[in-house]
Amino acid sequence: MPPALSINGLRKAYKDVLAVDSLDLEIQPGECFGLLGPNGAGKTTTVEICEGLIPADAGEVRVLGRTWRESGPDLRQRIGISLQETQFSEKLTVEETLRLFGSFYHRPRPVDEVLDAVQLGEKRRGRVGQLSGGQKQRLALACALIADPELFFLDEPTTGLDPQSRRQLWELIEGVKSEGRTVLLTTHYMEEAERLCERVAIVDHGRVIALGTPRELVSRLGAQHVVEFRGDDGRGAALAADELSRLEGVLSARPRDTAWLLESSHAHRTIPALLGFLAARDIPIAELVTHRATLDDVFLHLTGRQLRDG
Amino acid sequence: MAEAAPKRRWIDRSLAQLVLVRVREFVREPEAVFWTFVFPVLMAGGLGIAFKNRPAEVARIAVLASGAEADTLAAALRRDQALAVQVLDDSAAARELRTGRIAIVVAAGAGGAIEYRYDDTRPEGVVARRMVDDAVQRLAGRTDPVAITEAHVRERGARYIDFLVPGLLGMSLMSSGIWGIGFSIVDARRRRLLKRLVATPMSRGAYLASFVCSRFMVLVLEVGVLLGFTVLAFGVPVRGAAGTLVLVCVLSALAFGAIGLLVAARPRTIEGASGLMNLAMVPMWVFSGIFFSASRFPDAIQPLVQALPLTAVNDALRANLLEGAGLAQLAPELAIVAAWLVGSFVIALKLFRWT
Repeated sequence: MPPALSINGLRKAYKDVLAVDSLDLEIQPGECFGLLGPNGAGKTTTVEICEGLIPADAGEVRVLGRTWRESGPDLRQRIGISLQETQFSEKLTVEETLRLFGSFYHRPRPVDEVLDAVQLGEKRRGRVGQLSGGQKQRLALACALIADPELFFLDEPTTGLDPQSRRQLWELIEGVKSEGRTVLLTTHYMEEAERLCERVAIVDHGRVIALGTPRELVSRLGAQHVVEFRGDDGRGAALAADELSRLEGVLSARPRDTAWLLESSHAHRTIPALLGFLAARDIPIAELVTHRATLDDVFLHLTGRQLRDG
Repeated sequence: MAEAAPKRRWIDRSLAQLVLVRVREFVREPEAVFWTFVFPVLMAGGLGIAFKNRPAEVARIAVLASGAEADTLAAALRRDQALAVQVLDDSAAARELRTGRIAIVVAAGAGGAIEYRYDDTRPEGVVARRMVDDAVQRLAGRTDPVAITEAHVRERGARYIDFLVPGLLGMSLMSSGIWGIGFSIVDARRRRLLKRLVATPMSRGAYLASFVCSRFMVLVLEVGVLLGFTVLAFGVPVRGAAGTLVLVCVLSALAFGAIGLLVAARPRTIEGASGLMNLAMVPMWVFSGIFFSASRFPDAIQPLVQALPLTAVNDALRANLLEGAGLAQLAPELAIVAAWLVGSFVIALKLFRWT
């Protein structure tokens, strides 16, 4: 069985901005793969090239073992797409919209089945214009599901949604995965990638800078924990990074605004050491937070920037 | 490879679904329904009543009270049905004349001499002077040497409403073609819905064909309502063959639809598209003879005026409805419309931005 998606040496430039810079990826059938990166990292460009919507400048994309040039119409029947920010016609009802999309496919799934799958059965006669943000995203997912696709492209499916709608969408995507479909998902929420994706590629400036399972990537960081603190009145900002990184268990220390982030292998040793260090300098603590290392910390470690800052 | 698609009900085919979407989007937009159907009828009704042909108006005149035998003169003039006569003193007569409430003042002097006071630059004044003079001279015993009989010919087709209706029809075909198609496409592009549709196996030809189909459905109603109303309310003549009228309307709708497609080929925003639509439509509103004849423009710009598609459409509709012109006579106009259709469509497809 060929890979569900393989990308080799993909390049794409817009005027003088290089959006995708020799990017390679391979996604196996049945896998849920996440492209994780800040806004402008080249995720959407990559996905839209894979969807056959924009041409690449160089490199090769094979979808389900085929190229768009060879078998475009056939591939269109076999993939499902949810683009970033599609606004469906507000005057149509949910059911009418789904029927329209179903009419494009040789073997669409029954509308009722898809409505149930995305939990929009009650809204079937409601106008699209009246739906909430989360419901609109579920409709977008439904328009992809109705194709009964082997391969799903979901471009930022939960961006801008409230936490509850986001969790609801995650459950739907888990349902899609459990049916054995392959999913390529882009996101800039690390908790989304951690929850849904078997493997993730962290993308920055059009390149893959890290690839692996979320657990692998975090463990590659070496730090199990991140200790974040901020001194009162920003007094901690003047501390020296090399002094902080000599504290017990600390692997690296980096400033963020007026706070410090300490990547630590042993939080229970780092925290007392830090408290002693601050007490010796009489710096009162305004904030002290500790959390398990996440993909966000991996991205910060690799780029020195935060995912969400872009 | 994809296997052959299983048989499905016609309504589940993509063209039928796309046409349904067009129709639903149209009827669920009350403003669109108003501007397409109600507005042209209101316009025809309003202008038809305002410019209704009436019997020649009564001329309002005054006889100066201070003149000789004012009352006798006034009584004699009143015998003419077309004159409304008042007897006024000098200052009142001057005031009424100045404000245009009367057209002429008749002042009888001594010895039977009569003076007419009127504004010779006002049409009412000039007409009233002829009527008053006629009455005054007959009163004094003039006899007309030539025997006259009158036959009144009130021909339908020569009135303003008859001129106006084909123009409104043409304007309506233009607006709904350019606006209806251009707006829907640019709106779909702005919402990224166009891109989403292109990401499905939808045939792009079916997408464009859905606009043609829905446009024809609206066309039947739009022409039927306006023509039906004006024929019933004002007796506007429909002298040409129905088949010719249908052909002119269909070809016009296609041509304006193609221009709409051209306008919508690239803009990503409604604002951008509105500008282009106005650029396309305003010259035709002004020059194409909707409310008055396009032949009133100077000869120097006539070639441009005549090349506009709406000028050709309006001329063809007028010739067909009012003079009963057939296909052979309409060939030059239809050729211009067809050229716009083909030219716009080809360029639109070349420029069209799907994603």
